[in-house]
Amino acid sequence: MNNVRKLLRSDSIWIPVLSIIIGILIGAIVMLAGGYNPILAYQSLIEKIFGSPYDIGETLRQIVPLILSGLAVAVAFRGGMFNIGVEGQIVMGSLGALMVGNMLDLPPILHGIVAILVGALFGGIWGSLVAIFKVKRGLNEVISCIMLNWIALYISHIVIKTFMAEMGTSRSQPIHDSASIQIAWLSDLFGGARIHWGFFIVIFMLIGYYYYLNRTKWGYELRAVGYNKHAAEYAGMNVSSIAIRTFFISGAIGGLIGTFEILGVFKYMAIAPNTSGIGFDGIAVALLGMNTSVGVLLSGTLFGALYYGAQGMSFGADVPPEVIRMVISIIIFFAAAPAAIRMFLKMFRRKPKREEG
Amino acid sequence: MKKRINLMLVFVLMVSMALTACGAKKTEEGGAATGEAPGGKKLKVGMVTDLGSVNDKSFNQNAWEGLQKLKADFGYDVKYLEPKQDSDVDPSLNQFVKGGYDLTWATAFTLDDAVTRIAKENPNAKLGIIDSSIEVPNVAAVSFKEQEGSYLVGVIAGLMTKTNKIGFVGGMEIPPIQRFSAGFREGIKAVNPDAKYIENYTGQFTRADMGKSAAATMYNDGVDIIFHASGLTGNGVFNEAKERVAKGEKVWVIGVDKDQSLTFGDEVTLTSMIKKVDVAVYEISKQLAEGKFPGGKVTQMGLKEDGVGIADTSSKNVPADVLKKVEEYKTKIINGEIKIPEK
Repeated sequence: MNNVRKLLRSDSIWIPVLSIIIGILIGAIVMLAGGYNPILAYQSLIEKIFGSPYDIGETLRQIVPLILSGLAVAVAFRGGMFNIGVEGQIVMGSLGALMVGNMLDLPPILHGIVAILVGALFGGIWGSLVAIFKVKRGLNEVISCIMLNWIALYISHIVIKTFMAEMGTSRSQPIHDSASIQIAWLSDLFGGARIHWGFFIVIFMLIGYYYYLNRTKWGYELRAVGYNKHAAEYAGMNVSSIAIRTFFISGAIGGLIGTFEILGVFKYMAIAPNTSGIGFDGIAVALLGMNTSVGVLLSGTLFGALYYGAQGMSFGADVPPEVIRMVISIIIFFAAAPAAIRMFLKMFRRKPKREEG
Repeated sequence: MKKRINLMLVFVLMVSMALTACGAKKTEEGGAATGEAPGGKKLKVGMVTDLGSVNDKSFNQNAWEGLQKLKADFGYDVKYLEPKQDSDVDPSLNQFVKGGYDLTWATAFTLDDAVTRIAKENPNAKLGIIDSSIEVPNVAAVSFKEQEGSYLVGVIAGLMTKTNKIGFVGGMEIPPIQRFSAGFREGIKAVNPDAKYIENYTGQFTRADMGKSAAATMYNDGVDIIFHASGLTGNGVFNEAKERVAKGEKVWVIGVDKDQSLTFGDEVTLTSMIKKVDVAVYEISKQLAEGKFPGGKVTQMGLKEDGVGIADTSSKNVPADVLKKVEEYKTKIINGEIKIPEK
């Protein structure tokens, strides 16, 4: 009971909650200014998310990559590094899964498992490249991440066009059915929504993330480097190898996103002009979720639901889906600039409370 | 404390009042149809764009205008959705299909997998797709013979180039865009075999900056006419040409899909290759109401069907003798005397 009261009094819960409320209110004001009806809009948003089993299933489908992307960014954040290259790691993961799914012939369940592992491995290797450049040559990870995103994208174009081109289309050949990780009976239950095993793997990953950070030696080292790199080095930790290890884990999670999208949702890979954008959304998810397991779960769920519901909003109330993107941006803005919220909070509190570190 | 709570109450009240006030303002539109609906039915027709926007001044906008004409003429209930990422495509189509719409249009080549899948899952729904030749019993596919229209603008470019160098800026290297390039190339070759043809696929439909730099490279290389088939990327081609024309250079752009001289002006737009997506959408939707829905068939829209052609405003910049030549070739293509490759 005491714990709950403490949590309710702490800023770490109120800042995200108030950011969300403010974001939704400002969104409503903008809709009013644009001549739309915000009540109808939010109503259709919620109807779209919970309206039918199909919609609930598709919302879950939308949430999975966002949570994973949030985790990938968060794990690097906790180590004091910024992984803005999840985009590229997603592409490499997709490519790995696609190659296994399309080129190998394996028995059903094994095929999916191998494809998932290879996808994660591809993403992990792509991620650790960033860290290797950083520790060996001092290259800032933001620069190399963004460059590697494009390199990954164009590598995928070359590989698909050379080995797996489907004539007359702008996508690869589909994966073999044996590599699919869709759950047919659950999909039927949800009216044909694209539900896959990735959904359950995500739950394990969230628990694993918490356990790894707080209960393992590697996780302890990771946090130590995140708090103070030099102190960690002085304490005898190998900061370089921790950075590479962390970026490998981060990249592998990124790779899993692509893997699930290929094996569970699309079944093929498009020759896309741009990367998906999920990796960038992950930064927002991690930020709002304050890099914690529970936080990422909640913020990923919120963003996924909002993104999916945005379609209902434009259908039911003619509100352009960009408005939801704007609401999300405002939420992130206030979550990232907590001083504004703290001022607001102070007004409503009897005695000034010490800020926690 | 009490004061603060009061303050907050006032704030909440204000917001909720503002919100309810606008709730009542909702007006009912529609119902102002001028014509009699064929078959006596008022259909609900939906449309899902590709990842672009319905205001792209080109392809999607064209399709949406077709639907709006249906609304104006027969009072149809029309609506569109713009998916923002690949995974939104299925739910968007399903929104219409499961939402009881009589017909759902998908206005892009890239949506054909999704349309095929959803059409098979919902055999009672009717769907339409532009730029595709899939054959599914409940899908009406529309495929344009871009190569035929492009051949005609190729004839114009071949006859009008002063430098004997002609460029093509494409979006992604996909079959519909390859048809543009092939037709254009063959048209040039027919009237001016010596002209050099330079082709550049930017890989993007939405990047005006890439269109601008592609155009700059070509113009610097001595090209004086560029044909673009690249959606919003082409806006950059126009901008580059405009800057050069302002500096006194003599360069031209050939527009695509719609009459782009209306958007970008006659001083840079030589002519435009028109793709009548709106006509296709309009006609096929009407056929559904009349009980003649062409499901499972691929409707070919070429010169013969008046599905492609050159803009009516072409005579402003293209001399009459060139236009006469264009007419000659048009007749030959319609008669089948000229066969144009698709690649």
